[in-house]
Amino acid sequence: VCSLVLVQGVSVVTSSGPVEYPKPVPLHEQTVKDEKGRYQRFHGAFTGGFSAGYFNTVGTKEGWTPATFVSSRQQKAGRQNARPEDFMDEEDLGDHGIAPRQITTTADFASGRKDVIRDKARAITSLSAPIPGDTVLEDLVAPARSSMGVELLRKMGWKDGQGVGPRVKRRLCKQRADSATRAFGSASPPNGSSESQDEEDGEFLPENLTFAPKDVTPIDFTPKVDLHGLGYRGLNPLAALRGGPGAGHINLFTMDSDRTNSLFGEDRKGQRRRGGVAGQGFGVGAMEDDDEDIYHRDIMSNYDTVLGGEEPGDGLYGWTAPQQYNRTKKDHSKDAAYLGKILEGFTLASDKLETKTVGIFPPPNLPRDFRPVHYFRPVVDLSSVSPMVAQALQTSRGHMAQEAPSKGGRHQLDSAQRRELLGEATLQGSLLNPSRFAPHAEQQQQEALSVWSGPTAQAQTGQTFKPFERTPHKQARYDLYIDQLKQGDRDALELSLDPTMTEWERGRERDEFVRAALLYKPSSSSLSCRFTRGKQDDGVEADTVEVTRDQENDVDDKQAAVKMKMFGKLTRDTFEWHPDNLLCKRFNIPDPYPGSGFVGMPKVKRDKFSVFNFLTVSESPTASASPAPQGNKQSVPLYPDT
Amino acid sequence: RVSGVFHPLIFSRPTSFSLPVSFSPTLSLSPPPLSFSADGNYLLSCGSDKSLKLWSVSRGTLLKTYSGHGYEVLDADGSYDNSQLCSCSSDKTVILWDVATGQVTRKLRGHAGKVNCVQFNEEATVILSGSIDGTVRCWDTRSRKFDPIQILDEAQDGVSSLKVSEHELLTGSVDGRVRRYDLRMGQLHVDFINSPITCVCFSADGQCTLTSSLDSTVRLLDKSTGEMLGEYTGHKMKGYKLDCCLSSKDTHVLSCSEDGHVYCWDLVEGSLMLKLPVGKAVVQSLSFHPSETRLLTAMEGRVQVWGAEPEETEEDVVVVQQEKA
Repeated sequence: VCSLVLVQGVSVVTSSGPVEYPKPVPLHEQTVKDEKGRYQRFHGAFTGGFSAGYFNTVGTKEGWTPATFVSSRQQKAGRQNARPEDFMDEEDLGDHGIAPRQITTTADFASGRKDVIRDKARAITSLSAPIPGDTVLEDLVAPARSSMGVELLRKMGWKDGQGVGPRVKRRLCKQRADSATRAFGSASPPNGSSESQDEEDGEFLPENLTFAPKDVTPIDFTPKVDLHGLGYRGLNPLAALRGGPGAGHINLFTMDSDRTNSLFGEDRKGQRRRGGVAGQGFGVGAMEDDDEDIYHRDIMSNYDTVLGGEEPGDGLYGWTAPQQYNRTKKDHSKDAAYLGKILEGFTLASDKLETKTVGIFPPPNLPRDFRPVHYFRPVVDLSSVSPMVAQALQTSRGHMAQEAPSKGGRHQLDSAQRRELLGEATLQGSLLNPSRFAPHAEQQQQEALSVWSGPTAQAQTGQTFKPFERTPHKQARYDLYIDQLKQGDRDALELSLDPTMTEWERGRERDEFVRAALLYKPSSSSLSCRFTRGKQDDGVEADTVEVTRDQENDVDDKQAAVKMKMFGKLTRDTFEWHPDNLLCKRFNIPDPYPGSGFVGMPKVKRDKFSVFNFLTVSESPTASASPAPQGNKQSVPLYPDT
Repeated sequence: RVSGVFHPLIFSRPTSFSLPVSFSPTLSLSPPPLSFSADGNYLLSCGSDKSLKLWSVSRGTLLKTYSGHGYEVLDADGSYDNSQLCSCSSDKTVILWDVATGQVTRKLRGHAGKVNCVQFNEEATVILSGSIDGTVRCWDTRSRKFDPIQILDEAQDGVSSLKVSEHELLTGSVDGRVRRYDLRMGQLHVDFINSPITCVCFSADGQCTLTSSLDSTVRLLDKSTGEMLGEYTGHKMKGYKLDCCLSSKDTHVLSCSEDGHVYCWDLVEGSLMLKLPVGKAVVQSLSFHPSETRLLTAMEGRVQVWGAEPEETEEDVVVVQQEKA
């Protein structure tokens, strides 16, 4: 269908037949206007009304243009006059014709499954391609895009390698357990433990944490329709035809799962010659990288003649070989296969571990409420607690009653008995212990009494600790208290308090004394002789300790030597020092360390702190040692004592 | 402050570490009581008036003034061919001068504190400078680079003095150690003196080093072993950086003192030979003539050259005074 364009005053003649003429235009309207709408002037060339059928078209764009002419100069490529489908009839376009019309999915939306038709097409084209059997060009220009399904999945949160489906809880630990059992070869743990393990993980992981399901391994559904044995692979024509020294022995019977390989592996890596034919006559040219061995002679030993692989042994004895001979061979190969380090004189065991009586024991059954955190039991003096508690403690420790220490020998002692033997003071339990009950004031006093009135406390001569040194009155009272305690006086506390103080003050002092007495017990063990009081009082703030420069340990020896005027070995240190190459050149001296890129002192490393570190001007990186100047006078010299 | 140093031809002199208080304001050149026919003797003095002055020793005249430093000039040295001078200053720079024109050839920046000592190496291809920041920097005079060839930062306190021989560098530091960098062997030898070092120098035969420290002791140490070969006391050196030196034939050890004298000991015996009264104030620096028996002392704005009479007495030869700004 052609469109009709009616321009006033112009008669259009179309291909589909004559058109009615337009209305006659009066003479005064028969004007010619140019493209801008201005009246066209003819400059006296044409004054008449003669139009020869083309009324007022002279000089216009449409004037002399033949109506039927369309320039195809620019559109030559796009012109497609006819397609093959134009010449086909219904039979051809039908299902069994030469160009059946089907609805297929476009490549965008196609799935990843192999398209049978597409493969067939590829196979057909490969025959006629310049390199027969190879679809190089198609693979080169294959568009890199993922199908729409993958895109959709990705948009919904799927990642490569995950499975598809609802998210799963606690999948991770189960897998861990499974892998653990596989790795160590032990019997699978009973269900109870795995459940508890799940609970454990549930404690440590947030509750609502889910995992994506594991991706399924595609099962190969291709049926086995041949009569070959399982695992039979046949001859790989590429490998066979390739030949050469790389071929070697071709093992027809392997335990690789070849079917999965054929499913997944499109092109095996390492295959040098893709498609085509390889071999002795091919690939040897001037441009080839590797020269094939063109004089290679194929040997028959590359090919199996008998099923079952190589005969073990060297073939001399056959299956009647003595056992000893066979076994050694086997062990050697096993040893070689073992990747770890085998000690001298040892070899890998021949039979597995399960068969031995000393096997792997299953892990213990944990109680339901077991928590893998250890709390140290408080060591409580049995005499100062209620009998019920004492009984409970005893039973928990595994003893039914307080037995004599010597029962069972000196190896069967528990810590309390050992403490008695050594004469040590009772240990304080851990402060973090939640089950430690808050001691009562009475009990505290009892404790203090028991500690101080013990035989070991008596041996202490003189009071070594003065907690209240600052207030001599208080200290005097405290001393009185301690003396009273030593004598075993129960009312020591009351007697030593100052009656002139208020009741509240006395109460406070009472508490303080008791606590001080408990805190600073006489250390009566044999270790006490190893300890002595520090020079400085712990109570006094000792944040300024004067260390004069001369007391720095590192230079003591040197200074002593200087004082004794023994210069020489004692005062001299020698270090390896690398001068800069340019410096040696300027001094006209051969570089003592030519290859060393290092400048300065390689073996001495120290960091220096000085205000000058921050004041240096534009240190260039080409300058050798880092410009870190000295420390202050009080710093300890950091030279190694040679 | 004045310092002057003897050199084969140009004598330059490092100044003292601390500033004496008084200056003499006048410039007067007194005619030498004794005349010397010593030609080609120059004296280089660097002072706290931020300038470097070149004098003729024989005539006592000022030849040229070199200005360019921002603060007082602490030390100076001349090259072997007298074509270049190097000087260092409290403005943390080392300046390489052209002698004839007086122009600044190179202004070498990099030290983080005032530069106490400077010296050319034998061929005047390297300038070595030691500073209060504890580093010794080796500057290249041949290239146009402004970065030092190498920075030696082993000192833990300021470097007070340094001397260069043909393959060695001797530095003395306030941390009480004398460090000798042997370029040929690639070694660093550290001798512990236990008291801040004020001056170090090599002996003429190259076997010993002389060290003066703030415990009023001058020690002669053996270079290879570090053993003390001689100890010279009697002078007073407690607070100021004063100089010491050896005589030209290594026969005597000389040292300044804070009591206004120059002490001279016999090197071998260690006994005090001469106590030269220079003046009332601290004698800051001294230098011995390389070949003749002449001593240069600087004290408080006066540089004096002392010569030896045949009878071993040293007499005043030339007094050069320098105007203070």
